[in-house]
Amino acid sequence: MTDQATQNQTVNYTAMQINQEVKRTLRKERINAAIRYGVLLLTGLIMLYPLAWMVSAAFKPNYEIFTSMSLIPKEFSWDGFINGWKTGTEYTFARFFLNTFAYVIPKVILTVISSTIVAFGFARFDIPFKKFWFTTLIATILLPQSVLLIPQYLMFREMGMLDSYMPLYLPMAFATQGFFVFMLIQFLRGLPTDMEEAAMIDGCNSFQLLWYIVVPILKPAIISVALFQFMWSVNDFLGPLIYISSVEKYPIALALKLSIDVTEGAQWNEILAMASIAIVPSIVVFLIAQNYFIEGVTAGGVKG
Amino acid sequence: MANVTLEKVTKVYSNGFEAVHGIDLEIKDGEFMVMVGPSGCAKSTTLRMLAGLESISGGKIHIGQTPVNNLAPKDRGIAMVFQNYALYPHMTVRENLGFGLKLARLDKATIDQYVNEAAELLEITPLLDRLPRQLSGGQAQRVAVGRAIVKKPSVFLFDEPLSNLDAKLRASMRVRISDLHKRLKDSNQSATTVYVTHDQTEAMTMGDRICVMKDGHIMQVDTPANLYKSPANLFVAGFIGAPEMNFIDANLIKTDDGLVQVSFAGQTISIEQKKAEKINAAHHESVIFGIRPEFIHLATDESPKDQVVTGKVVRLENMGSEFYVYLMLGDKQFCARIPAAVVEEQLSQSLDSDVSFYFDTSHCHIFNQETEENISL
Repeated sequence: MTDQATQNQTVNYTAMQINQEVKRTLRKERINAAIRYGVLLLTGLIMLYPLAWMVSAAFKPNYEIFTSMSLIPKEFSWDGFINGWKTGTEYTFARFFLNTFAYVIPKVILTVISSTIVAFGFARFDIPFKKFWFTTLIATILLPQSVLLIPQYLMFREMGMLDSYMPLYLPMAFATQGFFVFMLIQFLRGLPTDMEEAAMIDGCNSFQLLWYIVVPILKPAIISVALFQFMWSVNDFLGPLIYISSVEKYPIALALKLSIDVTEGAQWNEILAMASIAIVPSIVVFLIAQNYFIEGVTAGGVKG
Repeated sequence: MANVTLEKVTKVYSNGFEAVHGIDLEIKDGEFMVMVGPSGCAKSTTLRMLAGLESISGGKIHIGQTPVNNLAPKDRGIAMVFQNYALYPHMTVRENLGFGLKLARLDKATIDQYVNEAAELLEITPLLDRLPRQLSGGQAQRVAVGRAIVKKPSVFLFDEPLSNLDAKLRASMRVRISDLHKRLKDSNQSATTVYVTHDQTEAMTMGDRICVMKDGHIMQVDTPANLYKSPANLFVAGFIGAPEMNFIDANLIKTDDGLVQVSFAGQTISIEQKKAEKINAAHHESVIFGIRPEFIHLATDESPKDQVVTGKVVRLENMGSEFYVYLMLGDKQFCARIPAAVVEEQLSQSLDSDVSFYFDTSHCHIFNQETEENISL
């Protein structure tokens, strides 16, 4: 009897000890997590502050903008948006939005088509001096954009394309953005060739192979290319600045600068309001496209 | 009707490496030919040349009467099943099956009919509207086979199709593919099959004939039974059969009264008379003696005294119905397959002690030490 009792006691005692240890561990993990997330949250907020400031300043009257760090406007007003949209020119801001899309959309489409074809060629075909061509491709990535500005400008002047959107998107039809070609080549190299071989046996020629098999599998990579190109092009300032001279053809990037130029004391609330609107397309496009990044690529099709 | 003929087929890669050395092979119409060999023996390369996925550096390949050297894969009348299934991930099973037919511009009704027939045959009808990623390995493999059947090709090519499946599934798929081949053949459809594998169980159980390859050479082409019973050389003898045949360097002695003996590890045994007559070797020639594990028995009173060898038992492996008994002869380890009952009765206490074994030399093989050819056939 006594033996039994002692044993029970020991069992209970150990159970209690274990319980305590579990509690201690859990508490420690909670504290660790709190510290981790605290630091992350703080860093995130610091990084987001300029963006938040821009949006909040758009609602402030002009005189308040540079006098306080606060994100909450003392006097809330829509004036920045209303006047900003009218702009100092004969056009509304909607015009500049349309102008932007008028060259960004062809640019994205041409980039995707040409880069995919060139990348497919590099990744899957034996071409003479392939290494040399590939090195050339990489070299164009490393070449600073500004080096090309003057020769390109002269070229487009000779072709009579100044003050049109052609110089902005026409080069994309020739897979000139080596970075995207490189990105797609790397993606293709990581894909097993079995599916393409199966398709060849099924009767595909090279273009059918590209269209029916490679493009669908490459979709996530192609969407990232389109996304990058879209965001970079919307943000592009230098290109339009050099080639577009008439105000009616100005894209957003130049239009924002316009407001700073033409008025003597810049209406910062208007500029910031329009800047806030200008980033909306990029954010929307990103949110729509991000699901495709997550989508599995070859899951199930190939088990290796 | 499609037999496949390979004539002096050679593959040389651009870096100068010669992978296939002028092989000749004749695959009869409707035959199930298995190509087997260790990795790197160029069996897959040969298959891919047949499929048109690799160029042919030299020699000729005929499918039926047509030389196919310069034909695109789609024009060769072949269908191929890949190791990784290679299903198109963005198409449903139905679209996967019908893709080749769609490219061949068949009308929709015909495609549907063919796809449904093939799906029924492989019992994948309920899966037709799924995507490949929603299939298990075995299901995906069946779809891959279905994609081949749908096209009604003259030749089926399989490139290690079962190596990604677990052991149990592999066994059932093996039977399924064999059945399918038989059914196609019985219904008078083209069923010529070339099946590449490194698994000798698959080779032995599925093949009408087996082509054993090594380093880009064909070592032997024969029925499974003949390969097992009469391997043409040391490589085939060692490759076919598990556990593999025991080999030992031996000295061949021909006595004055017509007896043939081999001596190894300090012991001498006689070769059974009928076998001895077939041996084509000189007196005192150095040879390699080979005997399969199932022809080594525990010696009994009835065992011929001149075929008994004494060896030290070093390890027993229980396989359930039988034991693999490992014995040392000199510094060479031999494996014997002995029924479990016998081992439990007579050998359970014999670990690390000397035991007499009867080598049934009517089933032994003698190989030339230099050419490695079987000289006892």
